[in-house]
Amino acid sequence: MYDCIVIGAGAIGSAIARELSRYSGKFLVLESQEDVCSGTTKANSAIVHAGYDAVPGSKKALYNVRGSELMEALSKELDFPYDRIGSLVICRKDQDRGELEKLLEQGKKNGVKDLRIIERDELVQMEPHIADDIECALYAPTAAVVCPFGMCIAFAENAADNGVEFAFNAGVKEITKEDGHFVIKTDTKTYESKTVVNAAGVYADVLHNQVSAKKLHITPRKGEYELFDKSAGNHVSHTIFQLPSKLGKGILVTPTVHGNLLLGPTAEDIDDKEGTNTTAAGLSQVEKMAALSVKDLPYRDVITSFAGLRAHEDGGDFIIGECDDCKGFFDAAGIESPGLSSAPAIGVDVAEMVAASLSLAKNEKFNGTRKGILDPKKLSFEERNELIKKNPAYGQIICRCESITAGEIIDAITRTLGAKSLDGIKRRTRAGMGRCQAGFCTPRQMDLLEKYAHLTPEQVTKSGGNSVLVFGKTK
Amino acid sequence: MENYDLVIVGGGPAGLAAAISARKDGIDSILVLERDDRLGGILNQCIHNGFGLHTFNEELTGPEYAGRFITQLLDEKIEYRLNTMVMDISHERVVTAMNSKDGLFQVQAKAVVLAMGCRERSRGALNIPGYRPAGIYTAGCAQRLVNMEGEMPGKKVVILGSGDIGLIMARRMTLEGAKVEVVAELMPYSGGLKRNIVQCLDDFGIPLKLSHTVVNIEGKKRVEAVTIAEVGPDRKPIPGTEERYECDTLLLSCGLLPENELSKACGVEISRVTNGPVVNDSLETSVPGVFACGNVLHVHDLVDFVSMEAKNAGHYAAAFIKNGRETDDRTIDVICDGKVRYTVPQMIRPLDMEDTLTVRFRVANVYKGASVVVKAGGKELVRRKKQIMAPGEMEQIVLKKSDLADADKVEFEIQEA
Amino acid sequence: MEERHLTCIGCPMGCALTVTMDNGEVVSVTGNTCKRGDIYGRKEVTNPTRIVTSTVAVDGGKDAVVAVKTASDIPKGKIFDIVNALKGVRVKSPVHIGDVILKDVCGTGVDVVATRVD
Repeated sequence: MYDCIVIGAGAIGSAIARELSRYSGKFLVLESQEDVCSGTTKANSAIVHAGYDAVPGSKKALYNVRGSELMEALSKELDFPYDRIGSLVICRKDQDRGELEKLLEQGKKNGVKDLRIIERDELVQMEPHIADDIECALYAPTAAVVCPFGMCIAFAENAADNGVEFAFNAGVKEITKEDGHFVIKTDTKTYESKTVVNAAGVYADVLHNQVSAKKLHITPRKGEYELFDKSAGNHVSHTIFQLPSKLGKGILVTPTVHGNLLLGPTAEDIDDKEGTNTTAAGLSQVEKMAALSVKDLPYRDVITSFAGLRAHEDGGDFIIGECDDCKGFFDAAGIESPGLSSAPAIGVDVAEMVAASLSLAKNEKFNGTRKGILDPKKLSFEERNELIKKNPAYGQIICRCESITAGEIIDAITRTLGAKSLDGIKRRTRAGMGRCQAGFCTPRQMDLLEKYAHLTPEQVTKSGGNSVLVFGKTK
Repeated sequence: MENYDLVIVGGGPAGLAAAISARKDGIDSILVLERDDRLGGILNQCIHNGFGLHTFNEELTGPEYAGRFITQLLDEKIEYRLNTMVMDISHERVVTAMNSKDGLFQVQAKAVVLAMGCRERSRGALNIPGYRPAGIYTAGCAQRLVNMEGEMPGKKVVILGSGDIGLIMARRMTLEGAKVEVVAELMPYSGGLKRNIVQCLDDFGIPLKLSHTVVNIEGKKRVEAVTIAEVGPDRKPIPGTEERYECDTLLLSCGLLPENELSKACGVEISRVTNGPVVNDSLETSVPGVFACGNVLHVHDLVDFVSMEAKNAGHYAAAFIKNGRETDDRTIDVICDGKVRYTVPQMIRPLDMEDTLTVRFRVANVYKGASVVVKAGGKELVRRKKQIMAPGEMEQIVLKKSDLADADKVEFEIQEA
Repeated sequence: MEERHLTCIGCPMGCALTVTMDNGEVVSVTGNTCKRGDIYGRKEVTNPTRIVTSTVAVDGGKDAVVAVKTASDIPKGKIFDIVNALKGVRVKSPVHIGDVILKDVCGTGVDVVATRVD
């Protein structure tokens, strides 16, 4: 019998698991995919919003501002990439400046610090490629960019290091409540737990509705993105949002925390909870809309496009807390934007709720510090040579585009909750994420997975399941 | 810091030929840095024949062609380091590189030859919509898996792009037991050699669909189907022409991009057309003492031309090491009319150039019965009628120094019949 | 009279050849712009040949397979027979360019030789 089972190992489930590990208890995370960070967390804008967007008093406002405040310290404690670059909401000459001022007031009410409206002269200084008809902007210096993979993986690793168990390829088929505890069935196993946290992303409504009469309805809202080579990463230096209008929230243009340039997302409500395909129409809309914000976008430097699904609940706000008609079942549902920004604060609150309901004691052995995968590029020449002398694998480049060594990849495979697939390696090290998109390093990464994850070539996958890369020997 | 007269970045066909040529010109201190575990570069995985007709007057396979140069390099006792990645080249020609044995190390070079080759255009760069499952490979990646690793990357295959690697892989996959359903080509003509269309597609009854592209990829984990559609003159898909192929693999052979990240970081000026360095008649880039040759300079069709170009780069690098920069480095530009897409070199030193100069170029379209015309100083220097010119094939014209003494520019144009 | 349409592979021109045949005898080759087209056309309709390139498994080498080819042209119709004959072949490193891997493959009188060091 577990004290708590968390369903979903995305940013939210992993944050909750990590915060739960501050308490003594028996905890398990169930993830339907083969790795953490495989749903909404792997395909989003990677933004830490300042917090002026959400309606004052909403859960989105509360958790966004608190999450954003926690994020920087957390990025140091858990060693994941974070950069407070600031954001701009831009207003065209033909748009209503009053809307920008409303956002400013809303931000102040939500407790966002240092917000101000800047005029074109200052804006052009900050962003030389800003479109010609932009008149002014709301500047939020507390907004940041983060590596969503890095954050999610860090939470999960730290949770595991503090005793939380993880089970992968464990999609939940059925939850029932019997004799005051929950029985959770996956394809292969049945688990029992005193409490459940529902952090199942776009599937959170399905799980919730199995135990509650107060139904939720989540719509997968598809967002398509284009990612540019690092050579285009300096095209803008802040996250640039468009003023929300009748046409929607608009398309953002932002540098990523790793120095690429990212455009997106579209917003299309779909039925398929796994419909992460890009479309010609979506990608063309991304380009058309982005051009309204920023000029001279270097489209020849696009290296990939992708789509992610946001879990939009009909009520429009996050659903956080114990289910009214099912004690012990805690929702963290409807987590769309600003979900990533809110994850740290949601983690703290949900873990506290679970702990209070079970009267859990503190875990005296909890260690909140986690060391990420060593990045040799951050070392001095001499330090790097010392490292290679100690471990020659750090002298062997596998991914040429991102300069990722065998040492980093081996670390990614062999550490706590290590990578089991090419995508797992990519999200932990960035190997294969560069301009050639793994054209050169796929066979070399496969060799490392075979050796260190003890797989045969036919067992090596891109992203688990049936995503095999080869069908056997030619000879 | 170590010191070498000449550091060559890349031990593929370009780097090998440049090194051998510089040694023959009397340079003793040469270091070749190769990132892979053997010399020869991409030729090692190009196991098909057809290489070397111009250089050796016989048909060799890729590894055999590379082998001829590797033997010469070893005979000349030229130093090389394998599994060695060049991390940086400074404007002052300090080369920073790394391997497992020597760690991170720096070499001061008197001259540097860039011979890093190119990479393939990826699915992402092509912006093909659809899912992102396993089973989408660049043709070269699949070629490595089959020809080096002995692994089978697919059983039922659709190929986008009829460049030579795509055609070669259509045959290779077929011989290994895969079914190649179709080769789709965006352009109304193939970029591959006629010989490859005949021997890789026709021999096996594989259809080639010109003016077609991929418009959708299905499959959440592994490719399950690919939809192609015909494109109009604007290269946009024509609705209603879609054809869906069930398959497990999509191979992409959609063009090569010179790999110039190191060159850019070094301050080398890059051409927007070739994606390679802008060079003068001595194949010297905008950074003094840094030369370029092979596919890093511009994508070649035949390796024989890579070897010839690299031989010149080695020769000019040797001259630079011995003599330093020429005193008069006045340059004139080579201007293209657009039908001629680019020339290499893009600049000529009319006073310092050698007596003759081979200018290589590519055209923008298929031209039948058209003439290449070269003008300078108000005179027509060359007029050559060609039965056919195509973007896939590199052309060349030899210019004479005596014709260029008073010229302020050289113009290349195509005059259609 | 029978007409066969071919693309000449002698050079990048890729001339569209028409070979006219009568009872298996070549009567004429047209569409070619040089002598090579004539030779190719006649040969391709009477005795088409190819070089086969493939790999065989290698033990103890740098790579899993070593590249091989037929040392000279073989009849086009034998391509798959030769590829199949190579299926079970395993060699041991070291292998040098030119080493004979399989003698007189499929009775063609042609040897399969290694083309890559391993």
